[in-house]
Amino acid sequence: MTSLLVIIVLVLLAVAIWQLTKIFDLTQVASTSDNSQVANDDDNNVQGYLMFGFLAFIYIFTIYGVYTWGPLVLHTPASEHGALIDNLMNITWVLIFTVQAITQVLLHYFAFKYRGNKDKRALYFADNNKLEAIWSAIPAVVLAGLILYGLYAWTNIMFIDEDEDTVVIELYAQQFKWTARYAGADNVLGKANVRLIEGVNTLGVDLSDPYAQDDKVVTELHIPKGKKIHFKMRSQDVLHSAYFPYFRAQMNCVPGMVTEFAFTPIYTTAEYQAMPYIIEKVANINAIRAKKSAELVAKGEPALDPYTFEYLLLCNKICGASHYNMQMKVVVDTPEDYKKWLSEKATLVSEVKASKAEPAAEGATPGKDSTQSKDTAAVAKIAMK
Amino acid sequence: MSAVAHDHDHGHDHEHVHHHKDTFITKYIFSIDHKMIAKQYLLTGIIMGVIGVGMSMLFRMQLAWPEESFKIFNILLGDKWAPNGVMANDIYLSLVTIHGTIMVFFVLTAGLSGTFSNLLIPLQIGARDMASGFMNMISYWLFFLSSVLMLCSLFVESGPANAGWTIYPPLSALPQAISGSGAGMTLWLVSMAVFIASSLMGSLNYVVTVINLRTKGMSMTRLPLTIWAFFVTAIIGIVSFPVLLSAALLLIFDRSFGTSFFLSDIYIAGEVLHYQGGSPVLFEHLFWFLGHPEVYIVILPALGITSEIIATNSRKPIFGYRAMIMSIIAIAFLSTIVWGHHMFISGMNPFLGSVFTFTTLLIAIPSAVKAFNYITTLWKGNLQMNPAMLFSIGLVSTFITGGLTGIILGDSTLDINVHDTYFVVAHFHLVMGISALYGMFAGIYHWFPKMFGRMLNKNLGYVHFWVTAICAYGVFFPMHFIGLAGLPRRYYTNTNFPLFDDLQNVNVLITTFALIGGAFQLVFLYNFFTSIFYGKKAVQNPWKSNTLEWTTPVEHIHGNWPGEIPEVHRWPYDYSNPGHDEDFVPQTVPMKEGEVILHH
Repeated sequence: MTSLLVIIVLVLLAVAIWQLTKIFDLTQVASTSDNSQVANDDDNNVQGYLMFGFLAFIYIFTIYGVYTWGPLVLHTPASEHGALIDNLMNITWVLIFTVQAITQVLLHYFAFKYRGNKDKRALYFADNNKLEAIWSAIPAVVLAGLILYGLYAWTNIMFIDEDEDTVVIELYAQQFKWTARYAGADNVLGKANVRLIEGVNTLGVDLSDPYAQDDKVVTELHIPKGKKIHFKMRSQDVLHSAYFPYFRAQMNCVPGMVTEFAFTPIYTTAEYQAMPYIIEKVANINAIRAKKSAELVAKGEPALDPYTFEYLLLCNKICGASHYNMQMKVVVDTPEDYKKWLSEKATLVSEVKASKAEPAAEGATPGKDSTQSKDTAAVAKIAMK
Repeated sequence: MSAVAHDHDHGHDHEHVHHHKDTFITKYIFSIDHKMIAKQYLLTGIIMGVIGVGMSMLFRMQLAWPEESFKIFNILLGDKWAPNGVMANDIYLSLVTIHGTIMVFFVLTAGLSGTFSNLLIPLQIGARDMASGFMNMISYWLFFLSSVLMLCSLFVESGPANAGWTIYPPLSALPQAISGSGAGMTLWLVSMAVFIASSLMGSLNYVVTVINLRTKGMSMTRLPLTIWAFFVTAIIGIVSFPVLLSAALLLIFDRSFGTSFFLSDIYIAGEVLHYQGGSPVLFEHLFWFLGHPEVYIVILPALGITSEIIATNSRKPIFGYRAMIMSIIAIAFLSTIVWGHHMFISGMNPFLGSVFTFTTLLIAIPSAVKAFNYITTLWKGNLQMNPAMLFSIGLVSTFITGGLTGIILGDSTLDINVHDTYFVVAHFHLVMGISALYGMFAGIYHWFPKMFGRMLNKNLGYVHFWVTAICAYGVFFPMHFIGLAGLPRRYYTNTNFPLFDDLQNVNVLITTFALIGGAFQLVFLYNFFTSIFYGKKAVQNPWKSNTLEWTTPVEHIHGNWPGEIPEVHRWPYDYSNPGHDEDFVPQTVPMKEGEVILHH
């Protein structure tokens, strides 16, 4: 495939250069100044038709794109506010496609229709206040509508009502992993600062804070369906961005401050896996992976595991060399499963106690170790390639 | 550069007399002649452009075939960054970072605005040179120095800067966080500081020249739209570049002198750092206070060039001259109060997000006016399809396509889910990358005869345009879809986990278009460099244009006009004026007895 592409590029290039030299030779013949390099009526004609052809190209390419790649894009949001975003998005798309379709037609059709000719003369048409008023007013009115809807949605999504009954979870970012801290029964997170990081307390939680006593730290995010989750985000080193594409949620994690985002998941992982478009996506990906596996097996390497859909939390702000690999699995449970899962997790305080009881077994700071092991994994991967 | 051209011309070159002798050095190197400085800017811009575009070819190959190894990687990047032809993740990020930096600042700011502001401001307003030729020279040489520094940063031991072209701290401040934040970032910052000094000197010169040195009769409302665009661009530059300079200086302080302007509460590589009380969000504000106006610094000159070329080649007045000026000014003003739309989800107060959504979407109004006015200018024209005209029409097309998706990104609500995905990459490449490049190409094809006294080959120009036009859409149109599928930008590989495996064939298609489009830029380079020496000799006014630069002799002389500076009697867009026989009436032609002004 690659070599084919390289060959095509080289051949096209060779043809181009050959043509160039030919044209170039022709231009060498005369050396006095003339207008041979200014477009003449033949050029106007050919280029005019090409403009029309280009219009066809834009249209066909758009239709082909929507048909072929349209199914790849995210749909059916997995969060409550997602519908609001997608609705506004769809309205905006209708608008964009309409304007795009009309203006590109006008532009390229005019370029074709009014292609130059010696015998023609252009119309002297310098200004028309009425026309300009119309096309200032129309965008203004349409945009006013979009702005109002946008601001309504934005306010709904971003301003978190403190009195609302939410589940408070801290998302903690570091190069190149995510950690979550659950606020526990009191639903209040204990204070934390990076200066308190020590041993298994990799998030720097203030263990003397009464609110911290029931906090739980986990590396896989479970959230209950139908409950508003109030994420409070921190970062210990550089900027990260907590991006939940399927929940239409994203917020940067900034060292030195706490950022927030809240959303309500409306489909459990199992429910979402059963969505027709996800089933199709998974089948598609597995077909691609099966092909790759066959190639790997032929080379004597182990085959790839089949893919099952999981919600992911991705890092979406460049954060270092292994940025591309910073993700965390997100599981949406039914409230009962969620309660059960969480109750099985130990509190941070008890984990710290246990680690102090057997310091020899734990070894040095695990936070650092895990970062390093990720790095070595990345290096090993490059070496393997 | 044009030494050969001179030799050829000697026969009919004796009408005008040089009053002072030029040595090779004062003529070609430390020249204070704006036309030579323009050519220096252009040449440096093209060289930087080749490097910037070349880098994008490399990382596009990595994105399309992350599992393959390419000998070319090893040859170009060396054993350290591409052992056995496999690109390392650090260098991938460096390529992305330096590509962005070079294209935005070195090619589309200095290469585009620097070239054409220098060339056209004195020529089109009727001045002998810039207000300060010496400062103009310093401006170019600082730009040259900053280019050299930026290129030097590619060769430092720890690698070039790779925190993204936006260099957000703490990533850009801590060498522990990423390899490129060592010496590479230091050189990046110093290079940018020098660049800003260069840009400011250039901008001040442009503003002063336009205000003070217009020839008799050249009122502000008789200025060609190119000059209006350069003038307003220079003002935006003066307002916003110093803010980036302060951000760069404060970042240098944080990096080298232990201050905490942008850093706080950091634990990295197993230790707590001493920084306390700073905020990375502050840096984002300072950066985007320039960063957003910067995209208008890039696109406004391109739009100015397009206005001029579309009017000339349509043989029609530009439609709505005054509305065009108003929209340039409106865009410029709004551009300085919308920077926060890059930061909707940065953690700043959501209320600010509302304000920035409002101001951002307002920009669509003057932009729409411009697009409609271009289209109306074509209507019932007599279009001369020169390569410059094709690139100008192409610009309007990509400006619309790319601009429309701005309605999505500028809306804070919609930005939540497409922020920092490939959707953004597609949007800004079309609306300011490709559009501004088209503007630059259009300008080169149109004013090449003015710069070098020779013509570019039109057939090569046609090949260049059509392949570029198809590839530009081929690259960036599919990119919208992978962005809407949630694919984050700046990922070294998209197949490390299976979620995005179904987007891989789209990436292969994008890269294929990119490689073909990139390769065909060689056609342009070939045309450009051979035409300088062997191109057809140009006549004085090949495009039958109205503006003053075409009243100067083909052969460049100091002071531009051999005799008196011509006086201007009319606006620059009297094309196909029904009261005249020719379909163009240069600005120097006096009004006829009883001629009525037919425009507002």
